[in-house]
Amino acid sequence: MKTLSQLKKNLKNSFSDLKPVKVALLGDSATQLLSVSLRGAGFDLGFDLQIWEADFNQIERQVFDPASELYEFKPEIVILFQSSHKLLQKYNKLNPEACDTLADQQLELITSLDTAISAGLNCRIIYYNYTEINDSVFGSYANKTSSSFLFQTRKLNYELMRYAASQPGFFICDLSAIQNQFGKATLFHPSVYISTDMVLSIDILPQVAAGTTALIAAMYGKIKKCLVFDLDNTIWGGIIGDDGLAHIQLGSLGIGKAFTEFQYWLKKLKNRGIILAVCSKNTESVAKEAFEKHPDMILKPEDIATFTANWENKVDNLRKIQNTLNIGFDSMVFLDDSPFERNMVREHIPDLTIPELPEDPADYLEYLYSLNLFETASFTNEDAERTKHYQTAAKRITEQQSFVNENDFLKSLNMVSVTESFNNFNIPRIAQLSQRSNQFNLRTIRYTEAALEKLIYSPGTFTFSFTLEDKFGDNGLICAVILEKESVDTLFIDTWLMSCRVLKRGMENFVLNTLINFAKAKGFKYLKGEYLPTAKNQIVKDHYKNLGFFEKDAYWIADVNTYKTKDIFINYK
Amino acid sequence: MNRSEILKTVNEVFIDILDDESLVLTEETSANDVEDWDSLNHIQIVVAVEKQFKIRFTSQEILSWKTVGEMISSISSKLN
Repeated sequence: MKTLSQLKKNLKNSFSDLKPVKVALLGDSATQLLSVSLRGAGFDLGFDLQIWEADFNQIERQVFDPASELYEFKPEIVILFQSSHKLLQKYNKLNPEACDTLADQQLELITSLDTAISAGLNCRIIYYNYTEINDSVFGSYANKTSSSFLFQTRKLNYELMRYAASQPGFFICDLSAIQNQFGKATLFHPSVYISTDMVLSIDILPQVAAGTTALIAAMYGKIKKCLVFDLDNTIWGGIIGDDGLAHIQLGSLGIGKAFTEFQYWLKKLKNRGIILAVCSKNTESVAKEAFEKHPDMILKPEDIATFTANWENKVDNLRKIQNTLNIGFDSMVFLDDSPFERNMVREHIPDLTIPELPEDPADYLEYLYSLNLFETASFTNEDAERTKHYQTAAKRITEQQSFVNENDFLKSLNMVSVTESFNNFNIPRIAQLSQRSNQFNLRTIRYTEAALEKLIYSPGTFTFSFTLEDKFGDNGLICAVILEKESVDTLFIDTWLMSCRVLKRGMENFVLNTLINFAKAKGFKYLKGEYLPTAKNQIVKDHYKNLGFFEKDAYWIADVNTYKTKDIFINYK
Repeated sequence: MNRSEILKTVNEVFIDILDDESLVLTEETSANDVEDWDSLNHIQIVVAVEKQFKIRFTSQEILSWKTVGEMISSISSKLN
């Protein structure tokens, strides 16, 4: 972790190639150095955070005055920092009989702040929860006393979680967890607080900035999707090829406990939607036997999306895994106990995240917790199903090899698609696709859930979502299109994005047929598309050209009336 | 540690925090004499000096210094 001075030095770099994000920072304590830390930490994650900082202690004025600088600035993210110290000052002024209403009052204020901001801006809100200040007025009895400050603070943090769970655009940055990890003596520097009104110490600022920018990065799709791991001495103790199945260390005894707990963590990540992949120097049958037969293995064969165990070098194997899964190395993490393997892979695949696992397996978990590798800005039912999708994808590839003719193969898949407009049920998944899709994304406009909800009722906007199911399984919602009426005869394709897991299935043709039929029925003559290049969407560079659009003034046009319906092997469900 | 040794160490801290290799402090130097020595940098300098000498200043001290010499007096009184 960099120090504040090092983060400050980042500010001297050029931010011109980085992704710009407008951020408003509003606090009731001195936030200048937090602002510096955020910008510096954002640089390391590839963001040009353009931060507008409200004057000291102006949260309410800025938020409740519709003509304030906040609304003029039009931030994409609003960070609200209300400190525990200010909360304590409020508490101190309450009549004793009103002390147990503090959390409710504060939550009401936060709700009204959130409501006002959401009404005036199309943005996400990041709110720091409250660090605990034990004023020791009741001792541990505070836990039995609803009017104690500690009781009220904890209640407020709990209520904040409930509130955030119900508000898709409201995110908590867990400052309280940071204090728990580093201790109050590190987080809070009393003399600095008294002399400057800063509630965060110089030492903790980089941690807080890291937590905040990780959340921002996740909102913009910079997330880890896959964890690749080695086997021997990484997820079990010992070397299975030498020691034998019965003698690897797992279970409740000795160091085996560390590996078992570590496997439970991997399993939780898998259940959350992180793809697990094995990459190990082993004989495949020997390595697989552990997953199938060892009674203490927590991870089972069905938890692994792709299993690579052979004697080739890891760099080649990792490239193969990346190829199979079709995701970027920058969204993958590689865990290996061997410093030699780590260094070799690091040298060849610099985009891959490779934690320096500690020597003692007992330290693995605490170390990995501290890295916060898997920050996310969403969690949907789709996530829990992800491993299955990748396993069926692997099956599909195997089956494809048995067909000579690609059309025969596609026909054999019995593909069906549910096509419908955006609605409250599919919007969370569409928002997630919008944040995450980097490759098959023609204009890479990111929509939040709130922004998508507005589209439903926007006249002149037409929305389409597509699922794709075949005989191997349901891929879920994998494509979204937003059309905007540009003129009486032209529909502009504002957004066309698709999950890469359904490439080469004729989905593009199916979608285009649907769009053309829609345009025709509504009396439009042209569909107009645009490709905005990014570092990652090369694969759709010729998308419109391949679909038969003609180029005109840097846009792509399809004539609705002369369009020849494309052959497809997908049916409407 | 005598005052000139303390000054030398403090000077190094200032150079590091203000990122200015050419900075030369004397006991008479005040915030007005150093361009980047503003209130924000001040607090970073204070914390870095605390770490360097393994001491803690009181909030009174942090607010009271007008020159580098006064800071050195605070440091010196804590070290000896």
